[in-house]
Amino acid sequence: MTKAIWTLIFQSTLQTLQMVFFSTIFSILLGLPLGILLCVTRPEEHGGIMPKPVLNSILDKIVNVLRSFPFIILMIILFPLSRLLVGTTIGTTATIVPLSIAAAPFAARVIETSLKEVDTGVIQAARSMGSTNRQIIFKVMILEAMPSLVSGVTLTIINLVGYSAMAGAIGGGGLGDLAIRYGYQRTRTDVMIVAVVIILVLVELIQFIGNKISAQILSKR
Amino acid sequence: MQIRLDNLERSYGKVHAVDGISLFVPQNRIFGIIGRSGAGKSTLVRLMSLLETPDSGQVLYDDRRVDNLTKQDLIAQRRKIGMIFQNFNLFSSRTAGQNIAYPMEICGYQKSQIETRVQELLNLVGLEDRNDAPISTLSGGQKQRVAIARALACKPEVLFCDEATSALDPQTTKSILELIKDIQKKMNLTVVMITHQMEVVRDACDFVAVLDNGRIVEEGTVKELFAHPKTDVSKDFLSHLTTVDADRSSMVFWSNVPGRYTLRFAGATADSPVISELARQYGVVFNIRGGGIQHVGGDDFGTLICDISGDPQAVKVSIEKLKENNIVVEEANA
Repeated sequence: MTKAIWTLIFQSTLQTLQMVFFSTIFSILLGLPLGILLCVTRPEEHGGIMPKPVLNSILDKIVNVLRSFPFIILMIILFPLSRLLVGTTIGTTATIVPLSIAAAPFAARVIETSLKEVDTGVIQAARSMGSTNRQIIFKVMILEAMPSLVSGVTLTIINLVGYSAMAGAIGGGGLGDLAIRYGYQRTRTDVMIVAVVIILVLVELIQFIGNKISAQILSKR
Repeated sequence: MQIRLDNLERSYGKVHAVDGISLFVPQNRIFGIIGRSGAGKSTLVRLMSLLETPDSGQVLYDDRRVDNLTKQDLIAQRRKIGMIFQNFNLFSSRTAGQNIAYPMEICGYQKSQIETRVQELLNLVGLEDRNDAPISTLSGGQKQRVAIARALACKPEVLFCDEATSALDPQTTKSILELIKDIQKKMNLTVVMITHQMEVVRDACDFVAVLDNGRIVEEGTVKELFAHPKTDVSKDFLSHLTTVDADRSSMVFWSNVPGRYTLRFAGATADSPVISELARQYGVVFNIRGGGIQHVGGDDFGTLICDISGDPQAVKVSIEKLKENNIVVEEANA
């Protein structure tokens, strides 16, 4: 492989990292409030601290619909939004928009699941001491659920690595794009293999770091 | 603070968990509420501590109605209530000291103020050096001590204990009860203890209410209940007491083998020769192993520890007769 190809691989890796990094931030910014809402608005008998059954079931449906949407289709549907926000529909920056929106409902679900695991007795104790709902959420539930939240976020990031590779199919940039344009369309199997290996290593690394952080938090408890 | 409940009702579907309860809890006393599981204890304490609202009826703190407070007032009122639980319910994300700090944080205390008070409270519950201990490193008894300190952080006027000793072994239970009694005196607290253990009522409470099927079936001083239990539920609770381990210092033992039965005599029962009569009538043998005066609910009881042997049927009948004569019979668990 020539030096030019290696440079291309390096740039693509950076693009992937960039896409994953920003879409992680945005998907969590969207998913965290949604996940919290899903958890706290549950009906009272299921442990919701601010029961709003109608809102809860509406949010639940929205999340389900978004999650079952094939990512490629979602990206195409969101082209107008990308154009509105970034001015274009191709390239790394433009891809962050559909990536964030596709991962947000996933993040919301894992965050909801983590928060639901918090012992109801502990929440009851916090309530009995006169905590406001806001205090229960931010000073109790999120902190108590932290190891599980970290695992959930790790899972979200790994999903985003996968999505970002898929985005290459419609001009998204990054390693997926490289693998398709060089590896598939120009039948450069070597480039394809390198791109795939880098993605595998990225996923392993993210999982490793996520596990470490989660274990670190648990070890102090 | 005194608490009055006026005809409280709370149902879940078709189950009347609390079915018309009226109760007066005097201030600066330890009030026990005993009942079997499913009797409605937990619901009752949740209604009293404003964690739930009744379907009908009233809860009054010092003659002020508190069951219909607005959200804001409710939160303010809960900050003046302390509560501890069977499973401790401590925050695993916080150390012992940080757990105790939590109620003060949410009430907006100054940081320096919190630090001083946390140390003060750790001293109070005997955990001076465990400020930085993660919760998972504490024993059950220590966890409940942290929970007590946390409940008392904002100087409440009332402490609710929801089966606070049920997850603890007998020795630890005793030390936690001593702590609660001690704190009750020091802080002039009103304490409400929900339990299914008669030992807890015997060792800690001044007053007791017996709960069955969502109603109060018997109520009075602990001494009265022990001396003259009126209902079957109460008698049943008394017969399942674990034996007298409590205060061996007030007892004289002339045998190292612990007796199976503990008999308690109160008031007029001491006048007739019940034991001799039973021995003659049913041919059972009383082997008396120890005896003395014991303190129950602030009063003295004559106590005899003995074995009763003979024909099993006769033993059974004799025990019934003893109970009929207002003698409390506690049987050790084998």
